[in-house]
Amino acid sequence: MTRAPAGLARYARAGQPGPPPGRPPAPPALPRLLPAAPSGQPASLAEHLTRYGPRAAVLTERSRVGLLREVQESGLTGRGGAAFPAFVKLSTVAAGRDPVVIANGTEGEPASAKDKVLLTSSPHLVLDGAVLAAELTGARQVIVVAHRDAVAAVSAAAAERGRPGRGRVQITVRAAAGGFVAGEARAVVNWLSRGRPVPTAAYPRLFERGLGGAPTLLHNVETLAHLALIGRYGAAWFRSAGTPAEPGSMLVTVRGAVRVPSVLEVGLGTPLQDILELAGGPSAPVQALLLGGYFGSWARAEEVIGQPFSAAGLAGAGAAPGAGLIAALPADACGLAETARVVRYLADSSAGQCGPCLFGLDAVAGQVEQLARGERDGLPLLRRWLGQVDRRGACAHPDGAVRLVRSALRVFASELDQHDQGWCRGTRPDPVLPVPSRRDR
Amino acid sequence: MTAASGRSPHPGRPLIRVDPIACAGRGLCAELLPELITLDDWGFPMIADRGVPPHLAADARATVKACPLLALRLIPGPGPT
Repeated sequence: MTRAPAGLARYARAGQPGPPPGRPPAPPALPRLLPAAPSGQPASLAEHLTRYGPRAAVLTERSRVGLLREVQESGLTGRGGAAFPAFVKLSTVAAGRDPVVIANGTEGEPASAKDKVLLTSSPHLVLDGAVLAAELTGARQVIVVAHRDAVAAVSAAAAERGRPGRGRVQITVRAAAGGFVAGEARAVVNWLSRGRPVPTAAYPRLFERGLGGAPTLLHNVETLAHLALIGRYGAAWFRSAGTPAEPGSMLVTVRGAVRVPSVLEVGLGTPLQDILELAGGPSAPVQALLLGGYFGSWARAEEVIGQPFSAAGLAGAGAAPGAGLIAALPADACGLAETARVVRYLADSSAGQCGPCLFGLDAVAGQVEQLARGERDGLPLLRRWLGQVDRRGACAHPDGAVRLVRSALRVFASELDQHDQGWCRGTRPDPVLPVPSRRDR
Repeated sequence: MTAASGRSPHPGRPLIRVDPIACAGRGLCAELLPELITLDDWGFPMIADRGVPPHLAADARATVKACPLLALRLIPGPGPT
């Protein structure tokens, strides 16, 4: 347990519920963000305050500087997939005029559920973090963009807090658009400002000119939930989980060939094997794992199963924690067929704005489908196209699809040979990785 | 592959940046500046990472101006690191 750092202001404002009577609660062990015993209901404000104590609030410039230092020392990185240092974003936006804060809970990734679970179980933690981010950057407005399954919980939580007082941070809750690319940072801003959930040109950057031209701080909702706890308990506490290089805990979505597919919270660096055990253990022999998300990488099970789930631990296998997806592919599924379905979905999900993504991903998907059918003549062409599509869009959508296909060619190299000889290990009737039906895309 | 990404091996050289959303693959740029711009298999420009060498500076400016969709920009290259 760590003491609250110096310079950390606590709030007790008229009209807001103060700390619960009695001793302040001890900082939670894992899970930190998720309820220790899931009730299936969002934590009420009273339950939230009982568990975590009052939120950290910025009351003076001194407390602002002190809290920013805690964020820097915590080493918190973005949990939306890119693992960008949260402090860098915060301090950059804080230098701008009249910024806004967006909490991104769009979670357009069909295989991932961690943001929905967080928003529907601990909505106040996300709101605390978003409000703290606003106070640290001088923003007066917070917009929470929540997946449609989580809007009700977040709206109820925001309403429970009552109207903010004068000069206080205003919280708005908006339903996210559907679709894979809708969660991309600039697509979220475009959705809020113009109702079009597609990315915009990469420049200017959001921290320069984002929503309504204002400097915009956009964080994944999980990142903000961690921020809320760093504000309360400090950097040293945050770093008591995870590894020195990649501190803290992380939400993961574990699915596929595990007995209890679930959203879990683990310290970064937890061995993958242990994470699978937390999800009930493998339900079948596992041949490979899809790590990070649909923009992530396949890795052979024997290569990564003993590795720590962290950027350092997965780098050797060409993978990264990304947005926390861990999908176990059973031995009786065909990795090429799974990849072909997902890549077709990614190609269909292209916003259609950038030529290399619109035409290139479609071509790539067609070639991967051929490989899945056992026709490998197009392999050189596929490799050429992967090179031509990579980093050619306004957003990272094509890059993610390229990463996935390249990892599939590496990990399922032996399947390519088998398919060439006319046989396939895929005998299970149902696909492993979820892809929305074409009608719903 | 695009000028906007990666580190330039020639620090200080200006970079040509394409806005891939504005670009519709008309292809003029690749005709005007084949030394630095080639087209992919769908007709969209791929710009060399190495920046604009001094002897192509005038051609690069003309190419940027010639884009019918104003999708090209010349940006100052990153300084020596």
